[in-house]
Amino acid sequence: MTSALQPPLTLIAELTHRCPLHCVYCSNPLEMVQKNKELPKEIWARTLKEAAELGVLQVDFTGGEPAARPDLAELVRAAREAGLYVNLITSGLSLDERRLEELVRAGTDHLQLSFQGAREESPIEFAGVPAQAQKLRVARWARQRAIGLTLNFVVHRQNLDQLEEMISLTEEIGPERVEFANVQYYGWAFANRDLLLPTRTQLDHSLEIIKSAEERLRGKTRVEYVVPDYYARYPKACMGGWGQKAILITPAGDALPCHAAQLIPGMTFENLRKRPLRDIWENSEAFRRFRGEGWMPEPCKSCDRRGLDFGGCRCQAWLVAGNAEQTDPVCSKSPRRLIVDSILARINRNGQSAAPAHSDWTYRVNPG
Amino acid sequence: MIPALHMRPRLAPGCRLNEKSQAPRVLLMPERVLRLNGPSLEIVERCDGERTIQQIISELQLLYSKAVPEKVQQDILEYLKLLHDKRAINFE
Ligand code: SF4
Ligand code: SF4
Repeated sequence: MTSALQPPLTLIAELTHRCPLHCVYCSNPLEMVQKNKELPKEIWARTLKEAAELGVLQVDFTGGEPAARPDLAELVRAAREAGLYVNLITSGLSLDERRLEELVRAGTDHLQLSFQGAREESPIEFAGVPAQAQKLRVARWARQRAIGLTLNFVVHRQNLDQLEEMISLTEEIGPERVEFANVQYYGWAFANRDLLLPTRTQLDHSLEIIKSAEERLRGKTRVEYVVPDYYARYPKACMGGWGQKAILITPAGDALPCHAAQLIPGMTFENLRKRPLRDIWENSEAFRRFRGEGWMPEPCKSCDRRGLDFGGCRCQAWLVAGNAEQTDPVCSKSPRRLIVDSILARINRNGQSAAPAHSDWTYRVNPG
Repeated sequence: MIPALHMRPRLAPGCRLNEKSQAPRVLLMPERVLRLNGPSLEIVERCDGERTIQQIISELQLLYSKAVPEKVQQDILEYLKLLHDKRAINFE
């Protein structure tokens, strides 16, 4: 296995957990890294270089809100100097036009701008603050510059019925790419799962809308749709396989194979302050733990799809079924699929109820 | 959209080739990386917003003079359409 090990393609750099928003589905862990524990820019710059030498091609600067770091443009420059493609994942809230210009000049290749919905009130409902006008301004500034643009709409039971409005807004803005991504149930989203999971009827309807949007927008905007894997027959290939395609660095410098890996009990993660990136990727216990097929139990072990989905998501196996070493419970072959089915049955029995009140949500807090 | 011969393809914003010194050569795009073999690299390198599709075809027909010229043309048109659908190029 080690001899055939490929380098990661993507470095996901969570620069900070600080963020002006409070999304009810934020993928950040419930326990966040404080500002005074964040990696300094020197270590990030060194890491970006090490990543490029290892074979990484792209870096995602994300967070929290990456623009909450005043040294973001310097990090973008360091990434470009190392030879990396720079993708900036932002809520748009900490940017003004001058700052965006600075980031474009520093070499940002692509901006991924997140949206809570198409309406003025969407960010208020789902992120606890008014933000829509600012996001629209950032989209406009981005379109006036030589930078790629993806709009990322996070969709769920409470806004999926507004999908057509989101598509119209996309057509007005005209990005190269749009993602309608159903919430993935980790972090804060897991805490709010019962309010976020769409109904079967909503999901079926959304698939039709997406299909016609894809046709209408072909050659203008590439449309991508992420369905909730609870409704799928087979799990997603989480992170392209554990320790195979991507490496995620937390604001404190811990290297993770997956966003939610810190949830899994009994795992230890190496820190970039202490160990070089290549060594962590190739040799650390955490990255080797579920890499390849050696760890797989039945039914994965003898399944034809094991090279396609790698047995699904380890964090989901832990969160939903209480055992990270088992087949992802969303898989129809998993003996634990019953758990997922009973969650779906409950959601679909209740149907689309009235919109939740502010007090029904668990809003993401800020690490300060 | 069917590309017409007078159009000038150019890499879309957010898409670029990695450096010549970096091997293997790839087209870097949002959330993906397109590996380029010989002919596809020759095509993408010429999507500079200056050459017309006709020029690109002529240059590659010279470069691959052993191949049937109509086949070269057909392959290039199909590849450009694919790149356009992936939003890797614009036609100007
Ligand atoms: S709160 Fe929202 S905008 Fe902020 S990091 Fe989380 S998902 Fe992103
Ligand atoms: S049994 Fe395992 S490998 Fe097979 S489809 Fe399910 S999760 Fe994937």
